[in-house]
Amino acid sequence: MIQHIVKAYDEELKKLHDLIRYMGELTLSQINKAIQSIVDRDAELAREVISEDQKINLLEIRVDELATRILALRQPVASDLRTVIASLKISNQVERIADYAANIAKFSLNLQKLPSFEEVEGLPILIEIPKQMIESALIAFEKADLNLAIKVWHMDSEVDKLYKAYLQNLFAAMIADPKNVNPCTQLLFAAKNIERIGDQSQNIAEAVYTMITGKPFQESDLAKNGSKI
Amino acid sequence: MAFKIDVQNLNLFYGEKQALFNVSLGLPASQTTALIGPSGCGKSSFLRCLNRMNDVVPNLHLEGKVLLDGKDIYDPSVDVVDLRSHVGMVFQKPNPFPRSIYENVAYGPRIHRLFKDKSALDQIVEKSLTRAGLWDEVKDRLQQAATRLSGGQQQRLCIARAIAVNPKVILMDEPCSALDPIATAKIEELIDELREKFTLVIVTHNLQQAARISQKTAFFHSGYLVEAGETGELFTTPKDERTQGYITGRYG
Ligand SMILES: Nc1ncnc2c1ncn2[C@@H]1O[C@H](COP(=O)(O)OP(=O)(O)OP(=O)(O)O)[C@@H](O)[C@H]1O
Ligand SMILES: [Mg+2]
Repeated sequence: MIQHIVKAYDEELKKLHDLIRYMGELTLSQINKAIQSIVDRDAELAREVISEDQKINLLEIRVDELATRILALRQPVASDLRTVIASLKISNQVERIADYAANIAKFSLNLQKLPSFEEVEGLPILIEIPKQMIESALIAFEKADLNLAIKVWHMDSEVDKLYKAYLQNLFAAMIADPKNVNPCTQLLFAAKNIERIGDQSQNIAEAVYTMITGKPFQESDLAKNGSKI
Repeated sequence: MAFKIDVQNLNLFYGEKQALFNVSLGLPASQTTALIGPSGCGKSSFLRCLNRMNDVVPNLHLEGKVLLDGKDIYDPSVDVVDLRSHVGMVFQKPNPFPRSIYENVAYGPRIHRLFKDKSALDQIVEKSLTRAGLWDEVKDRLQQAATRLSGGQQQRLCIARAIAVNPKVILMDEPCSALDPIATAKIEELIDELREKFTLVIVTHNLQQAARISQKTAFFHSGYLVEAGETGELFTTPKDERTQGYITGRYG
């Protein structure tokens, strides 16, 4: 993108991107730690995730403040305006994702009060695609990459499939032995949160889509766009 | 859509120098169209073609058509004085005549003989000043010299003068550039009210102003009309790189 005549404006927009990238990195690390804490039955790690969540909340506030400032002082239009609006939406969505990571850490603490349970091994598999979605959606935002945003959007159906399959396993385990009901319930909640991470990442992809095209996201437009590019 | 003014393939030359290149632009009735673009791109030149203000410029040469309600204003049969009563103009600096407030507004109706008697003229003056949002401020001192009004009042007086002859179109060339934010807001509010009845064209360097008051925006660059469209769309999703660069404040 060609530079603005006013340099400080470019710096502010860059700062907005930097903040969101940092939020994304922290959130991915939170997700990794939350899942790790379940597999390793590491209560300290889970508590760390819960307390670190505040950092991401604060970053969202900083994005809000900076975006508001840019709107008031620079009165952005066209692609600049769409970038600022997208930043507001995306930081909100990333913050939500971080909340899901903190939730997972809470279920981790509950699970650790119960005997160890082998179905926890399914979670690291289930989280893989949502993690890729977050990472790619944020790259799509930074690079204004429409193709990548659309790719991310389609990944969510994969998450849903894996989620349903995992639920089947948990139901089977509960039927096989009533003792499994307790840990399975915690895992159900954790899996649900992972599935929501996929949904939120899909929302980020939609915000990026709108930022680039200037049009509200509609699934029916996707087929057209997808085949065009 | 039926355009009040329809400009077709307009080329304008000042002697050897071409100032406008094949410009085609429709100005929708009862809308405000904003003309934007960097200094020297031809906005004022274009505006002046719409009521033949350019006629007096030596060595001026013009090709193409400017249709007002479907009739070419450059047709030899057109009476220019009559044309200007249909297409009025408001300039950058308020330029009231050095006469009374009353006489400034009465001037146009007088030369175009638009009234039967004195009381009809009084009515035109009152109605025009009211429409221009100035009546309450001046009704007790109509005989006072217009030059003693503030800049913003003078500009509203010039707008009253333009609408006194009941034109179809009003052209404004940077009408707020000499005004403070309050006076500007008053003119903007006025423009919004006037467009119900008139077709407005406004040249402005204030992009936020263009965005606020116009329904259609046309972006000029180096004598070319680069892009024109619905204002909301042009400011959120411009199609041309040059428009994007200009409105976002980037090097072009
Ligand atoms: N009377 C004239 N004789 C010769 N050249 C002229 C005349 N009027 C304008 N020009 C030239 O035509 C080009 C367009 O000028 P114009 O005044 O239309 O630009 P503009 O877009 O209104 O600029 P600004 O925003 O500075 O008012 C310029 O290069 C200018 O020098
Ligand atoms: Mg000019």
